[in-house]
Amino acid sequence: MTTDVPGPARVLAPFGRRLLTVTANETLGAYRVLKAADPSGPEPAAGQFAMLAAAERWGAGEDERPYVPRAFSYARFKDGEAHFLLEDVGPGTRRLCELGEGDGLWLLGPLGQGFAAPEQGRRVLLVGGGVGIAPLAIWQDELGAGEPHSDDASRTDDEPHPEPPRMKVLLGFRDSAHVEGAALLENAVLASDDGSVGHRGRVTELLCDELDRDTHATVYACGPPRMLEAVRALCAERDVPAQLALEAGMACGFGACYGCVVPSRSGYLRVCVDGPVIDAAELEHVETHAGSPR
Amino acid sequence: MSVEFCGIELAHPVINGSGTFDAIAARRAFGNAIDEEFPFAAFVSKTITLAPRAGNPPPRLWEAQAGLINSIGLPNKGLERYIAEDLPELARLPVPLITNVMGSTAEEIASLLQACDARPEIAAVELNVSCPNVQTGLDIGADPLALERVLRAVRAELHKPLIVKLTPNCADVSACALAAQKGGADAVSLINTLRATALTPADGHKQTLGPADPWLGGGSGGLSGAAIRPVALAQVAAVAKRIAIPVVGMGGIQNALHARQFLGVGARLVAVGTESFRNPSIATRIATELDCVHGPHSLV
Repeated sequence: MTTDVPGPARVLAPFGRRLLTVTANETLGAYRVLKAADPSGPEPAAGQFAMLAAAERWGAGEDERPYVPRAFSYARFKDGEAHFLLEDVGPGTRRLCELGEGDGLWLLGPLGQGFAAPEQGRRVLLVGGGVGIAPLAIWQDELGAGEPHSDDASRTDDEPHPEPPRMKVLLGFRDSAHVEGAALLENAVLASDDGSVGHRGRVTELLCDELDRDTHATVYACGPPRMLEAVRALCAERDVPAQLALEAGMACGFGACYGCVVPSRSGYLRVCVDGPVIDAAELEHVETHAGSPR
Repeated sequence: MSVEFCGIELAHPVINGSGTFDAIAARRAFGNAIDEEFPFAAFVSKTITLAPRAGNPPPRLWEAQAGLINSIGLPNKGLERYIAEDLPELARLPVPLITNVMGSTAEEIASLLQACDARPEIAAVELNVSCPNVQTGLDIGADPLALERVLRAVRAELHKPLIVKLTPNCADVSACALAAQKGGADAVSLINTLRATALTPADGHKQTLGPADPWLGGGSGGLSGAAIRPVALAQVAAVAKRIAIPVVGMGGIQNALHARQFLGVGARLVAVGTESFRNPSIATRIATELDCVHGPHSLV
């Protein structure tokens, strides 16, 4: 795209997984927000992810799984505490959803490349579907469109704060229990498949309306592959830059296993090191068969 | 606890299985820490072929019971670009480099060995023989006669240690190991992954396919991880009894106890593979614990 925009952010991970202590596991509708103290971990860039595994009983669950760790975008990171949005969809996520305060959590991260800043003057459209809203929350924090979350006494107001970009948040969910996840972000316009909250239908229909109104925008999207493919196509038709946070089945998270590839215009990309945030222009389509160990 | 392996002095007996650690990608994720805290006593590259390979279509992974089935398809940039682009990067590692290669004919293998012979950055070559023979369709490494014949034909091209990475998918792995020794191998390594398949689950994400269809894009794959450790231990023990050249033992090693078991049945070195996916620095811990608690050849 343009050359005057900073590239995607990538904070390096300490080498080796580290043992964290779970500080909270909060219900958020159909989801859980798992929080863990990570005092020695670097602050991730928005869009980066971590590989998580329970310190105890990781294995011997349903079907004698899980075995490999599971990849999760950071949903938030503040005051040395990492937040992850979980949904129980398989033996790995189920075990993580069970964790409570004081339990051990293995974490390797932050990993991958995060979002790149929008080109000056373009408004920002955050488009999320389901559990995929997680990286958009930390990105909203970073872009500064929301109010400060913490009682930030140490913060001095001497530093110049750049004007936050104009932003619109569009989130889609299956039903009312999942819609509660929207509380992770501020000022979201909602869609639900069953019409229980907000627009009845796809979040990409909301995106289409927005882009019809004004294409001078940068789109950041994360959600199910079919949603991301629709976002990619809508943006490509209108020549709107888009960054997509992808998910794929992953065993390692640091480029070793080559298991998480998605096709791109330049061959297969590894979602873990070449992504998870990938410029939509690099993709002819969003792979829908890159299934995950769940 | 240094160890001698085919004339190469290694700081400890723990290396990586080919294709289970990408040092160049790891630098992108962990920065210089990877060079300062490199976990392996030698680095074994992914399999390199003469021509570039894209690898198999996704999905490439299936989590099995205490293990992982992969169908990666040996993606690599081909010999020429490996030497031009990757070798300078890999030469910066603080440990000897073992380049893993695969060819489907003696001529291809000879070309690969010649190229590796010419590069001082490469300390040794590991030959992946889990490749179908173009005439018989059998894996070269599964047929002792074919294996010995191929090795005899190519061995003179390499003036460095040659390790043959045996396949476990054969009738008699120790017969194959003996053939490798007769053909001029300086060491053998085993086990490679066990051929395995996974079917698309009934609640599958691939809803256009029925439940009897293979999940993996490549059709079938190879099983690794804790699930294969007892099989690996049996094969390593059988091979170590049968041959005189050193054995690199691997298959589901997760900790120092497992490593000690492989060393105890006769392996000179051990390799860690899938466990590095779960924790990239695990080999450091294994090497440290081997060093601290017992000598390399003592059994718990």
